[in-house]
Parts: sequence; structure tokens; C-alpha cells
Amino acid sequence: MTLAGVSRTFGDVEALRDVSLEVPAGQVAALVGPSGCGKSTLLELVCGLQLPDAGTVAAPRAVLMPQGDQLLPWLGALDNAALALRIAGTGRDAARERARPVLAALGLDGFAAVRPAQLSGGMRQRVAFARTLLAGAPVLCLDEPFGALDAITRAEAQAWLQAALAAEPRTVLLVTHDVEEAVLLADRIVVLSPRPGRVVADLPVELPHPRAATDPGVIALRRRALERLR
Amino acid sequence: MLAALLLAAALGAWQLYTVVGSVDAFILPAPSDVAASLWEDRGLLWSNFTVTAREMGVGLLVSLVLGVALAVALHESRTARRAVYPLLIASQTIPVVLVAPLLVTWFGYGLTPKVAIVALVCFFPIVVPTLAALGGVDPGQRKLMATLGATRWQLLRHVEAPSALPALFVGARLAVAVGAIAAVLAETAGSESGLGHLMLQSIPQLETARAFAAVVVLSLFSLALYLGLTLAQQRLLPWAPLRPEGPTP
Repeated sequence: MTLAGVSRTFGDVEALRDVSLEVPAGQVAALVGPSGCGKSTLLELVCGLQLPDAGTVAAPRAVLMPQGDQLLPWLGALDNAALALRIAGTGRDAARERARPVLAALGLDGFAAVRPAQLSGGMRQRVAFARTLLAGAPVLCLDEPFGALDAITRAEAQAWLQAALAAEPRTVLLVTHDVEEAVLLADRIVVLSPRPGRVVADLPVELPHPRAATDPGVIALRRRALERLR
Repeated sequence: MLAALLLAAALGAWQLYTVVGSVDAFILPAPSDVAASLWEDRGLLWSNFTVTAREMGVGLLVSLVLGVALAVALHESRTARRAVYPLLIASQTIPVVLVAPLLVTWFGYGLTPKVAIVALVCFFPIVVPTLAALGGVDPGQRKLMATLGATRWQLLRHVEAPSALPALFVGARLAVAVGAIAAVLAETAGSESGLGHLMLQSIPQLETARAFAAVVVLSLFSLALYLGLTLAQQRLLPWAPLRPEGPTP
């Protein structure tokens, strides 16, 4: 997946300026940066939901997991996850059968018929992630997937995301404002500047999995990334 | 409960006024006279009620089908919206009182002119909230459907239509409330039966209590339809909690 000299402007607001980024297949790249630095815009460009004003985006099919879970309130967890397959043209029963094991792998066995309003925030994110996986795209663009979760739920969420990606590797662009999360999950951390967003640092994360927030390597890298953010 | 207390108080005051003030029953019948008429004229009221109920039922059904179809068409096509929406609003300024007799001369004393009037009055409150809800879908949900590669039809089928259903119910409840008036109005323009016809006949015959009884029957019918719609919404759309803004069963 390659972005070359990409810029994007909305009216007077320059969101991204001359961003170049290459992410090899199977890599998990975290994008960190201050609020409003164009991280979400970058994901939408990769997913083809927007077109760049300058530069080129070359990516295989990419699917966005938008901010907030965007579950449909009238569907149960299973049907929400299966929505990606339904849109791809699969019949209802076949879509449910294929979505069932994905939900189960994320620990949501008994919740197939439960509607989003009755699910906890952590569970809702799992359903949203199952839906994103089931879209079957080689590239996943996750926009602050755990931004709304409390610290304990967030740690759990990071664990299941890691397990899911280990079981079924994909190329991942993970937008987060949490540097620690980036260090724990990603193979590489791309630091963006305040608006207009530019790449100001590209730090490889060469630490073995599983990583803990208290590992010296994690702490050291987190400090380096935070320094680049200032 | 509160509504029942309020109603009881109003009825009590009314009864007292007619008894103490010795008002003639054909000018203002006491609630007890109306109750008596409800019982004594039950056969007459029932046979006329079935006529009005049919007019309202068919009219509401027609307005529902037309209203939903029009809302979807206007939602899907900007051109249709620009061409038809002004006409839609203009259609609501048509004085029904003038059109009703005209429709009777065109279609006769039967069901058709009543259904036309009820539909004309009722489709507007169905179209407006439904159209607004179809267009008011959460942008995040639209983005989701876009990234999943949804077609225009899939967006309508999986997101826009379900999220517009609560608004459709709001519109249907409004339609039920105005539909009763529309049916009675249509009947007064020319009919051989129906509650409106009965009211119109009863007053010159000095059977004022009977006219009031007909109004009571019509009110109860509208209320029952309203409650039926509320129940149906609770059953069909459990994910859209009803705000307790109206009568609940």
C-alpha cells in the first residue's frame, strides 16, 4: 500500500500536506498525531472514500472501521457483523453462518441476537471489528477503534485485536491518539505533525509479542514517540 | 390515569351545568343523555360506524402506500424533490370543504370520494417526517455503508428505510388523528350513511344527544387506532424506544 506526495484540502483547511507512506503487506502501522492532524482523512483516502488533491494513493481494497462502532441499532450482534457479507451479496442465512465463528472467536458466542443498546462498549467494538474483518479486504483501516473505552476494557480490546490479527494477518492502518497503544500493537509507528499533517517520524517497533505496557523496551519507545509528537 | 380524572371532572361540570342551568337537551344534552343515546342507538351508531371506519381504514391505507412511495421517490431524486415538493405543500392548501362536494359530483355518494379526501389529508403528515428521516441518517452510518461498498439500493434497504420507520409511525399517528375529521367532512358533503352523515341528520331532528354519541364513537375509534399504532411500534421496533409523549396502552 503506497501513498506518494498526498495532499488534501477542505476549503481553507489543509488537512494533509505531501504525505508519503509505504506499508508492506501484513504490517500493522500505527498513525499517531494530535487531534485534527488529518489521520481520519488519510484513512478515508486509503479506503477510497475521498480522493487526494495531489499525489497518488495505490492500495488494494481497504475497508474502514469508522470512529464509533456505527452498529445498526435494529440488528442483533450477529446480523451487524454479517452486514459486510450481506452488502457483498451473500444471502442472509449464509452470511450468518460465516459470521458466527468470527463472533465466537472474539468471545461473543451467546450474544448473537443481542442488539447494540444491550451490549457493553467493549462488546460493541468487537462486533464492529468482526464486521470489518468479514468485509474480506486485505487492508483494514481502524479509526480510533478503542478511543471511547475505559482503561481496563481498552487493555482487553488490545489483547483480542492482537489475537485476531495473529490468527488472520492483514495489513492494518491503526489510527490512535494513544502512543502506548501504538507501541503495544503496531510493527511501526508513524508520527504526524499538527495540521497540516505531515510525517515527522517513522519508528520501527522491533519488540517481541506479547508486549506489556511496563516492558522497558515499550517504555523507551513510547518516550521517543512522545518526544516526536511535541 | 390523569386523562381519566380530567375527563371525569369535565363531564361532572358539564352534567351539573345542564341540570342546574336547566338547559334544553336539544341545545346541550347532558353527558347522561349522551350515554343513554350510546346505548339506545347502538344499532344505528354501529351500522354508521362501520361505514366511517371503512372510509378511514381504506383512506389511511391508500395514504400510507402513496406517502411511503412518494417519500422514497422524493428522497432518491433531487429533481423530483424540486419538482414535486412545492406541489405537495400546495396540495395541503386545497380547501377540502370545497373539494369534497366536487368529488361527490364526480364519484357519487359511495366510498371513493371519502377515501380520496381522507387520503388527501392524511398522506402529507406521512410524507414529511418519513422524508426527513430518510435524509437524516447518521453520516457515520453512511460512511460505513460506503466503505462496505453498498449500492444506493442497499443503503436504502439496510440503513435508510429501517431508520425512517419510527418517523413513519409518528406520521401514521398524526394521520389517524386528522383522518377522522377528514372522513366526517367528506360525509357531510354527500353521503347516505356514516357517523358524519348521522351527526348531520341528528341535529335538525333535535336528536342532539345522538350527534354527540356519534362524536364519542369517532373519538374512541381514533384513540383505539392511535393506541394500536403505538402497540405495533413497540412490538415491531423494540430498538426505537417510544418517548412517553402520548397515550400508551
